[in-house]
Amino acid sequence: MTEELAIEAHDLTRRFGAQVAVDGVDLAIPRARIHGFLGPNGSGKTTTIRMLCGLLTPSSGDARVLGLRVPAEAEKLRLLIGYMTQRFSLYDDLSIRENLDFVAEVHSLARAERRARIDELLAEYGLEPRAAQRAGTLSGGQRQRLALAASLVHRPQLLFLDEPTSAVDPQSRREFWESLFRLVDGGTTILVSTHYMDEAERCHGLSILHEGVLVAHGTPRELMAGIAATVVEIEAEDVRGARAAVGPLPEVLSVAQLGTRLHALLDRDTAEPDARLRRALAEAGVAARVELARASLEDVFVAATQRTPA
Amino acid sequence: MRKTLGRVLAIARKEVRQLLRDRLTFGMVFGIPVMQLLLFGYAINQDVRHLRAAVTDQAGTQSARILAADAEASQVVDIVARVDTGAELESLLRRGRVAVGILIPPDFEERAARGDRPAAQLLVDGSDPILVQAARGLLDLPLRDPQRAAPRAESPRAFEFRPFYNPERRSAVQIVPGLIGVILTMTMTLFTAVAIVRERERGNLELLITTPVRTPELMVGKILPYMAIGLIQVTLILIVGSFLFRVPIRGAIVDIYAAGLVFVIATLGLGLFISTLAQTQFQAFQLTFFSFLPQILLSGFMFPFDGMPRPAQLFAEIFPLTHFVRIIRGILLRGATLTDVFPQIWPLFAFFTASMALSVARFRKRLD
Repeated sequence: MTEELAIEAHDLTRRFGAQVAVDGVDLAIPRARIHGFLGPNGSGKTTTIRMLCGLLTPSSGDARVLGLRVPAEAEKLRLLIGYMTQRFSLYDDLSIRENLDFVAEVHSLARAERRARIDELLAEYGLEPRAAQRAGTLSGGQRQRLALAASLVHRPQLLFLDEPTSAVDPQSRREFWESLFRLVDGGTTILVSTHYMDEAERCHGLSILHEGVLVAHGTPRELMAGIAATVVEIEAEDVRGARAAVGPLPEVLSVAQLGTRLHALLDRDTAEPDARLRRALAEAGVAARVELARASLEDVFVAATQRTPA
Repeated sequence: MRKTLGRVLAIARKEVRQLLRDRLTFGMVFGIPVMQLLLFGYAINQDVRHLRAAVTDQAGTQSARILAADAEASQVVDIVARVDTGAELESLLRRGRVAVGILIPPDFEERAARGDRPAAQLLVDGSDPILVQAARGLLDLPLRDPQRAAPRAESPRAFEFRPFYNPERRSAVQIVPGLIGVILTMTMTLFTAVAIVRERERGNLELLITTPVRTPELMVGKILPYMAIGLIQVTLILIVGSFLFRVPIRGAIVDIYAAGLVFVIATLGLGLFISTLAQTQFQAFQLTFFSFLPQILLSGFMFPFDGMPRPAQLFAEIFPLTHFVRIIRGILLRGATLTDVFPQIWPLFAFFTASMALSVARFRKRLD
């Protein structure tokens, strides 16, 4: 069983003083898949990744990564994993090639292999024309590709990406994800944290974290199908009035405005949710069209995080 | 083993590259030694004149007035005040209003006539060796007979020399060798003190700790380039010191470099340890200066070691600079060999070993 799973964690917990950053997280992530950690800032994504890399000691619980116990066997694990940090952690005052050279050297790549591997990475990530340019002068997208290339120099089996696309334009993001899928095709397992819904939707599996707690997990499709709420769309001229009418209802978990429409999440146990809202709108004297809608991943996210008692 | 060497060299190479690109640091490598040496050296070697002086003339005779006039005519002193009592004169000195006090006692004429000892006293602010050196020029001043306007035959010296606050009279030559140690301490500690903190501040540490680089490899790789820089600085100081300030090099050059290298690694070890303590580069700077001050004050570079109270001496024995000041004065001035100064060499090794061990122990390849 351990053979197929890249990451296995049981009751992983990390406290910083009185604050619980990660609270009893269980994970089972198969190999050669992209697994996403979805959650707002401060939800424990980075802390969980750091524990899985062996950079932080769990306060309790245990984890096996690629069959190795962390943090006990972290040094061995370092040879097998790549870690792309949230903040750019390469050297601004070294060129692209020098940065990659340095990483290759500390990973003990032989000289000939080093050259070949770096040339290969420069070509793969479109960095060839800028190989002599200092990293500090690169754009967000270029830095990100350099960071990815650097984390791949030693051909890791498992790649941790901590919010890799936070400083990157949509076009670069799309290309970036395509390169991730090429890696997965080659057998690499990828764990990526994000707070972008469109990125989360691309993952094979997802874990939604909220205030350190794993509130939902599954494939994006499973999560959308199994959403613990009903989604209702309201279209009205007087959007603010409609919002004021449905927002305070006890069944309504959340209301989000999308242009002239409102996107309302209702408790799943509400009987005839659309009729319930129509009644409320009519009572408030707001003319509106109400219909049931398909849940998006964002709805899943909102429903999952709203349900957790604060 | 081969992998270890590879990783150490990878760190060292990266360090050199970054150093060459950081113009400020690079400038400091060469700028600090030359600037300091010129500043200290010229201040010491300059022919200091026109020291502010005060006169207490309790004799009030013609020859007493002539003596004071002769002192001023020598251009060594400018008489800026005249006070009545010796106590007032000392007070002026103590407060730093004047650097030299000329005290002519009431029995000046009798003393001059007897001629068995100097008739007047020269009080000098000894807290500054440069001043002492300059004021000593007055000691050659003869006592003149007012009638004949020529020096009295076989007359004793006019002044009894009384340096205040610093009974040990040191020469410029004694300062420059110690300066090698001071300059190395300052630059070496500072460079390595920021070495690891800089990686932490710029976020590079997160990358480093996920690589297979081991802590001792990181530490050694970090200090390797600075060992070379330390030797370059030694060379620079020796060249400037011997050509510009005529500091003698009586011992063997090889011994100087060997001792220099041991001293350099000891100070690098201190810097590295500071680097593991500090969380920001600013803190690293502060800690460096905190460590620098007692070393300067207690090492014997500035104040004579023998004059310090016993606890201060024991404390000073910890510092690399204390040992190096003795070593380098020994080699440069007295022509001592490494074997002669070995009792000062091993404490440097001990300091290096201890600081490296502490740094490795303090540095965690973890974030918690």
